[in-house]
Amino acid sequence: MCCDTESTNCVQGIPLMHELGIAASVVEIVCRHAEGRRVTRIELKIGQLRQIIPATLAFNFELVAQGTVAEGAELDLESIPALGLCAGCGTETELHAFPFQCAQCGCFDLRIVAGEELQVESIECCEESDNAPRPSENVCC
Amino acid sequence: MPHAHPKTSVAERVFDANEALAQSNREKFDHAGTFAINLMSSPGAGKTTILERTFERLNGELRFGVLEGDVQTTLDADRLERFHIPITQVNTDPGFGGECHLDANMVRYGLRDLPLHEIDTLIIENVGNLVCPAEFTVGEDRRVMVFSVTEGEDKPLKYPLMFRSVDLILINKVDLLPHLEFDLALLKRNVEIVHPDVEVILMSARTGEGVEEWCSWLLAQRTALVS
Ligand SMILES: Nc1nc2c(ncn2[C@@H]2O[C@H](COP(=O)(O)OP(=O)(O)OP(=O)(O)O)[C@@H](O)[C@H]2O)c(=O)[nH]1
Ligand SMILES: [Mg+2]
Ligand SMILES: [Zn+2]
Repeated sequence: MCCDTESTNCVQGIPLMHELGIAASVVEIVCRHAEGRRVTRIELKIGQLRQIIPATLAFNFELVAQGTVAEGAELDLESIPALGLCAGCGTETELHAFPFQCAQCGCFDLRIVAGEELQVESIECCEESDNAPRPSENVCC
Repeated sequence: MPHAHPKTSVAERVFDANEALAQSNREKFDHAGTFAINLMSSPGAGKTTILERTFERLNGELRFGVLEGDVQTTLDADRLERFHIPITQVNTDPGFGGECHLDANMVRYGLRDLPLHEIDTLIIENVGNLVCPAEFTVGEDRRVMVFSVTEGEDKPLKYPLMFRSVDLILINKVDLLPHLEFDLALLKRNVEIVHPDVEVILMSARTGEGVEEWCSWLLAQRTALVS
């Protein structure tokens, strides 16, 4: 998130959330693909190199989804580990900390091949859009 | 009734919409022959002061333009007024949908007020923030970060996305080093850890140290791109 104790990215006491903008984009994408159907589940891939706090994203998603077909949808976040491909020996190494280093030959010349994802994978929707119950009733269609 | 909820494949990246707009900005820059720099930092690292030093030195030699991203005020734009260069301000006023960075759409909006064909070097001063601007490209040719020595040596490890996304890091306020317990060697090591071989210039916008080197970098990058 943007608003840590060291920055002044708080305006009128409201922290400006990195995750808020991302949640808004997710809702926009989901609603476009839902084509009017009520969305029950959203599969989202998040690479571990993204500075995203899952709980914050989920909270912001709830806020932004209100009043849309995505309201009440279950957010399924899949965390994708970071992978580096070594330019020297071609080995793929799962990366957990800096510096990024090849586990095979020790070199630092790695190309990131996974871990930077931020993608809406799929959605699940109710087929009947007209008489779908409100999600707050917590009833499946 | 069976509860059939068929899965619809989406496979859409969250930043796709921004990328498409960034590409359209990039085409505008290319068409006008404008070299665009996205200047980023934490709040108060010295971006506007560095711009003042830069324009004092190169205004005339380069035809600058500035796009200021500011959360609420026009203070930064006011400080640059004396240079009489085209400048526009995009207020990223918060509210629902208010932002702490410039995205490609806000820059597109700002570009409507700038005579791009009269600008050969456009500086986009982003909103002070180390997180969000790292994720949003705006169509720039180069990404430059200002980091001041008052911010602590651990910042590259805390905000790797930003440090990894830039072409050049200006380490500013080095005039303060004698008064601080700041380990410059450790900072450089941490920078090297997250972004090996990134270009770094030590700078003081107060004393002018490093300004020459930064201006040379700017001229060289511009020339390399235009030719
Ligand atoms: N000692 C010292 N102070 C500096 C230097 N550069 C900038 N400052 C001071 O740092 C403060 C912030 O500088 P700005 O240029 O406004 O920083 P900024 O990055 O544009 O700030 P925002 O746009 O608000 O994020 C001002 O008081 C400057 O005078 C420097 O090299 N040394
Ligand atoms: Mg400024
Ligand atoms: Zn290797």
